[in-house]
Order: sequence, then C-alpha cells, then structure tokens
Amino acid sequence: MFEKLKHFAMQLGPLIALVVIFVLFAIADNVFSEGYFLSLYNLRVMLSSAALIAVPAFGMTIIIIAAGIDLSAGTALTLCGTVLAVQLKNAEVAAGEPGFAAAMIGALLLTILAGCLCGLFNGTLISATRVVPFIVTLGTMTIFLGVGQILAGESTVYAPTENIPRWLKYLCYTGSDGSKYLIDGLKIPTSVLIAAVLAIGVGLLMRYTVFGRNVFALGSSESTARLCGINVPMMILSVYTLAGFFVAIGGLLYFADVKNGNPTDGTGKELEIIAAVVLGGGSLSGGRGSIMGTMVGALIITVIRSGCMQLSIPNTYTHIIIGVIIIVAVIVDQLRHGSPEWFFRLLPQRTDNSR
Amino acid sequence: MAGISKRFGPTHALRDVSLEVPAGHTLALIGENGAGKSTLLKVLSGAHRADSGRMTMGGQPYQPYGPSDARAAGVAMIYQELNLAPDLSVEDNLLLGQPGTGGGLLLRGRQRERVREALDTVGLTDLDPRATAGAQSVATQQLLEIARALVSNARIILFDEPTSSLPQRDVLRLFEIIRRLKASGLGIVYISHFLEEVREVCDLYSVLRDGENVGHGRIADVDDDRIVSLMVGRDVDDLYPTVPHEVGPPRVKVERLQGVPYPRSVDLCIRQGEIFGVAGLVGAGRTELLRAIFHLDSGCTGRVLIEGRPVGRSVPARMRAGLGLLSEDRKSEGLAQDLSILENITLGTLKPYTRFGWINLRRRRRAAADLMDRVQVKAASPEQSVAELSGGNQQKVAIARILHQQADILLMDEPTKGIDVGTKAEIYRMMGQLAAEGKTILFVSSYLPELMAVCDSIGVMSRGSLREIRQTKDWTADEIMSVAIASDDPVAGTNEPVLEA
Repeated sequence: MFEKLKHFAMQLGPLIALVVIFVLFAIADNVFSEGYFLSLYNLRVMLSSAALIAVPAFGMTIIIIAAGIDLSAGTALTLCGTVLAVQLKNAEVAAGEPGFAAAMIGALLLTILAGCLCGLFNGTLISATRVVPFIVTLGTMTIFLGVGQILAGESTVYAPTENIPRWLKYLCYTGSDGSKYLIDGLKIPTSVLIAAVLAIGVGLLMRYTVFGRNVFALGSSESTARLCGINVPMMILSVYTLAGFFVAIGGLLYFADVKNGNPTDGTGKELEIIAAVVLGGGSLSGGRGSIMGTMVGALIITVIRSGCMQLSIPNTYTHIIIGVIIIVAVIVDQLRHGSPEWFFRLLPQRTDNSR
Repeated sequence: MAGISKRFGPTHALRDVSLEVPAGHTLALIGENGAGKSTLLKVLSGAHRADSGRMTMGGQPYQPYGPSDARAAGVAMIYQELNLAPDLSVEDNLLLGQPGTGGGLLLRGRQRERVREALDTVGLTDLDPRATAGAQSVATQQLLEIARALVSNARIILFDEPTSSLPQRDVLRLFEIIRRLKASGLGIVYISHFLEEVREVCDLYSVLRDGENVGHGRIADVDDDRIVSLMVGRDVDDLYPTVPHEVGPPRVKVERLQGVPYPRSVDLCIRQGEIFGVAGLVGAGRTELLRAIFHLDSGCTGRVLIEGRPVGRSVPARMRAGLGLLSEDRKSEGLAQDLSILENITLGTLKPYTRFGWINLRRRRRAAADLMDRVQVKAASPEQSVAELSGGNQQKVAIARILHQQADILLMDEPTKGIDVGTKAEIYRMMGQLAAEGKTILFVSSYLPELMAVCDSIGVMSRGSLREIRQTKDWTADEIMSVAIASDDPVAGTNEPVLEA
C-alpha cells in the first residue's frame, strides 16, 4: 500500500509544480496587471496551445520511456502540416462541394502516413545501424526540414480558405462564439478534446498492453528485455513509428492553428516537446515517464508563457524562466532518486573520512 | 606486507595475510576464484585500503592513498583487462599521468628517450611511439602496459592473470620479458591459475584460501598435487541442503555448439530431473556456453535438441521450448533495476493475462505475488522497486521470473554469486525441489564446494571446451581443479600424434 502511495506521490510532483506556478501567476496578474490571466478566454488559449505541444509529446514520451530521443519531431511535425497544406491547396473541389469529403480523407491519410513514415525511417535507422538515437534524429531533423522545403517549393504554403472545411478551420478556435466549437455551446477547443482522447488512449496503451509494458522493459534495461525474449529491433521500430503518428496529429493541429504550412516553423519545436516530457518526470535514461506527467509538463510551459505575456515580461525573459524551470525540475527529480552523490555526502555526518 | 586484513561488510575478504617479495624475485599468488587474490592485489596497488596490517617497501612504510599514489611509490599493476586509452598514441599512453610536464604542457621531447628505452626493454624495438595504441594487437598492448610501468619507475609490478587473453606464442615472449625484468632487480607478483606457467616464471609461491595464507615457500620444493590440495582443501559441511530427486531420461542434447570465440564445439546431454554442474575457471567459457544454449548472442553454430527435436535459433523459440536463463550479471542484465518486482517477474511473459490485447492487471499481480511466496522473496509488496532489495532477494526475483516463464530447463549462471550464506542454502534447496519436480538444471559455478554438494554430475570446462564429464561421486576436487587448469590447446589436438607411421 505504501509503495502504491509513494508511486502516486511521485506522479503528483509535476502537478503540484503546475498548481504553484499557476497560482503565483494568478496572484501576480491580479496585483500588477488587469487580472486577465484568469479569464475563461485565456484559460482556453492556454489549454489549446498546451494541446499543440502535448500531442506530439505523447509520442516523445513513449520514445523517451524506451530510452530513446527524437530530435526530428519538430521538423517532422511541420513536414506533416505542409503535406496537409499542399493537399488542400491542390484540392480541385472547395469545402462543402460534393467530392470534397474524399479529397479531405485522402489528405488526412497522407498526413498521417507522412508522420508514420518519418518515424519508421528513424526507427529503421536506429535499430539497423545501432547508431545512438540522438545522432540519427539529429540527421533526420535536417533531412525532414529539407523534404518539407522541397514540398513547399521553398516558401510557405497557404491553403485557400474555401478549401479548409469548417471543423478544421475551428480546430484550435478559442474565441467566444459558442457555435464554432465541436460541441455547440460547450466552449472547449476541439484541439483540447483531441488531446484528451489521445491521452486516455496512450495512457491505457502504456499501462494495459503488452506493448506498453515492453516499452518500459526496453527502456529500463535493453539486455534484460533481450533476455526475456522481447524482439528489441521490432520494438524500436514500432515505438518510433507510433511516435510518428502523434507527430502527424500534431502537424494537423499546427496547420489548424496557423492555416498554412511552413517547414521552417518546426525547428526548435522538438525541444519544447522534449521539455514537456522531462518536466513531466520522464527520464532521458529511459524506463520512466508518464502520459499524465507529459500533459502537465506541456501545461507548465504554456502557463509560464501566457503568464509572462500578461505581466508584459519581455519574451527574452520568458525563455530564461522556462529554461531555469526545466533545469530545476530535473534537479528536483534527481534528488528524489538520490543523485547527485556529492550533495548527499555533504548532508549527513562525515565520520568515515576521519581515518 | 604483514597482517593485512580487509572486510567487506560481514565477509572477511582477507584475514591476516602476509606476503614478502624480495627484489629480483617473482612470487606466484595462487588460489581459487574468490580466495582473495584480487582483493590482495587491490590493497597492494592502492585501490582498496586495508582495515589493519602494515606494508613496507624497501624498509620504508608504504601506505598508498590511491592507485596514483601507489604508482608514484613504485607499484604498478597490470590488470586482466587492458587499460590503455585506445585513441591516444603509444607515447601519450606511456606518459599518461606522469610528472614531467612543464606548466601543464606535455613536453614530449624531454620524455622521448625514456619512452624509447621502456619500449626497447619490453622488446618493442621497432614500434613507432606515435602509432595509435588501440591499433596494436592485444599482446602488444599488454607489453605497452608493462612499458608504462617501467616509465613510471616501478619497483614492483603486479600481474593479474596476464596470459588469459594471449595466444601461446605471445605467452612465451611475455615470460622472456618477465625474466628480464626480474634480472634487472624488480619484484614481481604473478597471479595465474595455470600451474605450469607459474613454474616457468616464478621462484616463490604463496597460496590463498578463503582470504588466508595457507602455504608459501620456494616453488621448486613442492609438487602440483600439494599446491592443488592447498587450494581446495576445505570441509563441506551442512550448508548444502539436498532434496532427493530422480534422474530420468535424456532431455537436452547439445551438439557441436560453437560461439565466437567460446564455447568450442561442445557436446552435452542432460537428463530430466538432473542437476548438471559446469565447473571451470573464470573465463573458461561457461557463461558463453549457457548463452549459446539460450541463443542470446548471435554467431553461434551447432544444434540444441530438446526431447530429440531441434529448437529454433532465437531467444523466443528457445523460451517456447522450455529453456530459461538466469543471468550471471544480475545488476544490469538479469533484472531491470528501475522496475518493480511485479514487472520483473512477468517481464516478457504477459500472454497468460492478456485478452484481446489487454492485460488483466489484477490477475498478473496475483500470479506474481504467488511466485514471490513460492521463492520466498522478502519485500514490502510486489510494487517495490527491485533496486531496493538485497542481492539474495534480487536473485530470488530473477529465479521467480524463470519459473513464471514456465521454463523446464533452467540455465543458472552463478546463482549464488554475491549472496549471503543463508540465502545460498535456500537456493540450493530450491534447486533440489525443482529437480524433484522433473526440471532439468544446468548449474554454472566458480565455487567448487557447492557444485560438489548439489550436482548429480559435473562437467569441467577449460579454454572454451567441455573437457570431461563424470558423475559427481566419481570426481574429487583435486581432479576437477587439475582438469580446469589444463592448458593444452584442444583445437590443435591432444598430445597424441595423429600421423605417425
């Protein structure tokens, strides 16, 4: 029972941090600014932009639990968005006309296929060459950027408004018109609903399926996984391909957010995604991480960003604050696991060195 | 050195050990695996501090604070595994950690003569000091280590089984160099299991058993039998509970099993309900044999037959056929340390709890808890992290996993390594019970007494080959030891002339 409680408390750490940060900003905003931070509109904006980070971060969580890393997630994401934009731009029928549904489904499938192929490419390279994921995905990061630029003809792809269906147009809508939400009148952005459904799905996948447990085994100790008869190369392949699926959905949300496809937008996004996982308690040495944690991590990042904006703190300082919080979070997490050694040596008695 | 003791927790690794190496002599340090030889060398070379006792060198008290301190005092150690920085040049490796740098700058020119001299002494007269160290052969790298000791003006050189990774030709060259070093007035301590090697290069011997001196003197004054009985002479008491079990028909057959480089063409047949022991020295290829039977490392050839049928060449296929492997490396391979006991027990075998792809967590937990009871793991709950358990309990979790895999043939690699005496007895009893249930056990151990007490038959490995199999009652410890330290090359053939008209 105690173990279960302890396990639960460990999961709770990031959530407590989120609440503290949220409350601090709410107070600061009320004191120094006009109290806009706590408005329903701002809450919707924060949730929606958190969803944009969280969805690809779900895939990254699986990869990181499996002791991998994917630096190409950012450019793969905008590559997927660009694929969608190009498809819609080239669609010969406008939204609402007969035949558009087929074109739209085709475009969606192609977008998801692009994401999965990016992941499959990463996974194949990693399991076949045994080069560390960091290096492999550092390479594919620029490869995907290049592929995206070729697709986009080296510029931003704008899809004509009439070719964007209503649901896609308002996927990330956070305004006050209740009729523009997926569920009429219920003002929760569709992007948030998608993220929530996916979160439940992956959460169950990681906890209740053989695949999920094998990911933990692989990340915790690859040689133990081999000893237990787990097909390690196949696992690596599936992990990266599945992550590619989430990157594709992330690409869809990105497109819905900005209504165009610009491959270069993706550079830097991967760090945001990794930061969300790490803030949520994911360990880059594998074996640890949780979907709930990752959601909380994504929220922490967006709350800080939004809060700083309301307080008119310049962007430059926001970067510094987020950076500091990431490092502090990881240090706190390490302290809970008894590292670094020198810190704990300083704390108690040092009778042993007297000889 | 005199009266050296060293304890690790409750176990005495060394008890009141004394040793003397006169200049210009070679001392052979002899003992079984685990007798305390390596610990003694570590104390000498400064890696460990002795709990009591004193050491002197050339009349001066010698009390190293660490390996670098020992090196500065003139004690150099040549380890079993090579310790060169492979990417650096020969010259830089020899000068690594040397004083003689001017204000942080490495003045190679000033040192070049010393480097050349050292290389000449070890017989590497035509080696370019600027060549990359990692590109040299294993034998040359070992000579470089000796040269490094010479550059640091060592007065005593400690060799820890230096020939274990060398081909015969290079062994002879090494002996030549050791003799030359001895003649130049250095003191040498030489650890080896191979008695004929010891006779070749050493003048004095000292035998360790269970961390104590049991005999020493001039090597010319004793015969091999005397040394072997000093090494193994030990009473087997009731630390080994046995369970009566019946040995049935043949179960597992291994045919010409070959790995890279070990095992070397091993044939083997083990019966149902049999505990088959594999004895041999560290590095004899016993672990490799088990891994090859489990097909854990690629590149193995040969066949494994169970109940007369050959099994597939993959780990899952071997597991389906009823094989289960208990890894020797509990910490990094045997168990996933970050995961809970529950996860570790059911790792890789979740099928029984899965319906339509979904795991029934409650049934899985119950099954794991039952197994924990069966092997008597002492833990707060199945959710406790494996890393928090003692070595003995960790081993029980690892055994529980093989049982959970429904394995019928258990390949157990050093199952009692690093475990307290009480838990050892529990594990022996468990092995007996499993055999009584009709399971087949392949038991690798470096600790001869436990093999002699627990096994029905014992095979002895040496340099990758399975030399001889007998029923345990037909072996004596001395005989096993002398087979294990036999050093003739099995591939080059036995000593019988093949073609003689």
